[in-house]
Amino acid sequence: MNTLLKVLKYQAKDATRSRWLLAYAAFFMVVTEILLRFSGDSIKVQLSLVSVVLFLVPLVSIVFGTIYLYNAREFIELLLAQPVNRRQLYGGLYLGLTLPLVLAFVCGLGTPFLLHGSDSSAIGTLAWLLSAGVVLTGVFTAAASLIAIRCEDRLRGLGAAIGVWMLLTVVYDGFVLFVLAAFSSYPLERAALGLMMANPIDLARVSLLLRFDGAAMMGYTGAVFLDFFGRGYGMALTAAALALWISLPLLFGMRAFERKDF
Amino acid sequence: MTEPLIRITNLAKAFGSLPVLRSVDLAVRPGRVMAIVGPNGAGKTTLIKSLLGLTHPDAGAISFAGVEVNGADAYRARIGYMPQIARYPDNLTGSELLAMLKDLRGATARLDEELIELLELEAALAKPLRVLSGGTRQKVNAVMAFLFSPELLVLDEPTAGLDPLSSRILKDKILAASASGRTFIVTSHIMNELEELADDVAFMLEGRALFVGTLAELKRVTAQPTLERAIATMMRRGWLTEAA
Repeated sequence: MNTLLKVLKYQAKDATRSRWLLAYAAFFMVVTEILLRFSGDSIKVQLSLVSVVLFLVPLVSIVFGTIYLYNAREFIELLLAQPVNRRQLYGGLYLGLTLPLVLAFVCGLGTPFLLHGSDSSAIGTLAWLLSAGVVLTGVFTAAASLIAIRCEDRLRGLGAAIGVWMLLTVVYDGFVLFVLAAFSSYPLERAALGLMMANPIDLARVSLLLRFDGAAMMGYTGAVFLDFFGRGYGMALTAAALALWISLPLLFGMRAFERKDF
Repeated sequence: MTEPLIRITNLAKAFGSLPVLRSVDLAVRPGRVMAIVGPNGAGKTTLIKSLLGLTHPDAGAISFAGVEVNGADAYRARIGYMPQIARYPDNLTGSELLAMLKDLRGATARLDEELIELLELEAALAKPLRVLSGGTRQKVNAVMAFLFSPELLVLDEPTAGLDPLSSRILKDKILAASASGRTFIVTSHIMNELEELADDVAFMLEGRALFVGTLAELKRVTAQPTLERAIATMMRRGWLTEAA
């Protein structure tokens, strides 16, 4: 555990000084600030931010993560030449990448709300929005570590990273829409729930939107979802699915890291 | 004869279908400077990386101080490594990098920071690593290898990119450490340099250690006056046997 924390400490120190990370935090700060100034209604601002978060957090996490780990290649070799355990080193690298991204996101998006002050109902949904962003960061940096470790070639790795993001953001939704349209004469609520579980971004989107009052507008399917996600087992299932989305790539990445020849 | 510090037996490694090491046998005795020489792609770096546990060999065994390495971590506390490529986190300073290594290895009583002074690195260590020139980073590399006064130092092309003065300082440091009983494994393409440093030579070609012995032996076997000529002879001869 000790090695993990030490690697984390210095890696996080390096990553938090990265200009890209500062730009990422500044972007969220500026967008949130502008939206708050124009609207003044915290809830509406948060609803607009949902799409920004669901679009940008996965993209930045997976692309920044992949590039960062490729650039750290020689650094990893140096660390491996020290008396350190590979598993702990991997854990340290993952957290050292994820925590600065989380920090940048939470500070960037949270600060304007903090400065403007929000009523208590808006604080609850803000917490959900921030949590969704944090979990998505963890999911996509885990995917980034897996890609950067499995793929020797940087260009292919970067392509794979963007490919995964595209697949989950654009292609998958198209596929779901197609399925829903093709089988529209059948009751598809449960199938739709299943499809949702298989995509962390969709899962985050639905569980987020249901926190806002607008969920009532989603019709019958919305009611089924509201019922599902409102119950304890639905919440537990959502949490479990997201945990799997983090731990599976992380475990595969760790196994690959242990066997990898540098 | 003393027990070797490192004993490599039957080491084999292939990357995909490409064999890089084919049954390498090698022993390094304590207090000696072993030079590993051979053309590009002979397997020198893979051999070094296997020794450090960076690369997992397909077959064979490596033992350090009589104990088989086999996936352990602790033995690396007794090794200092100077890699060929120096590219480290952009936003850390050299001092932070050294602090991290000290953290990772735990407090060692005998820190050898002499090279920082000799190579005049104090000012450079305060700057982020990305602004340092390649040569300066190579100097930081050298400091890291010697820092913990390790029993074994593995130096991969140590003087590549160094100016003549720094190169001289580093070589003197190697000679002094060697005289005080440290063991070295050095690769280099500069034969004159190895001639000055090495006690023993391992000549590698296409994944095999074709010759392992003392420098004097190598010269005698090849009937050549210098290491450079001896290696050139070995390479010609090696290729002949490969072709046969």
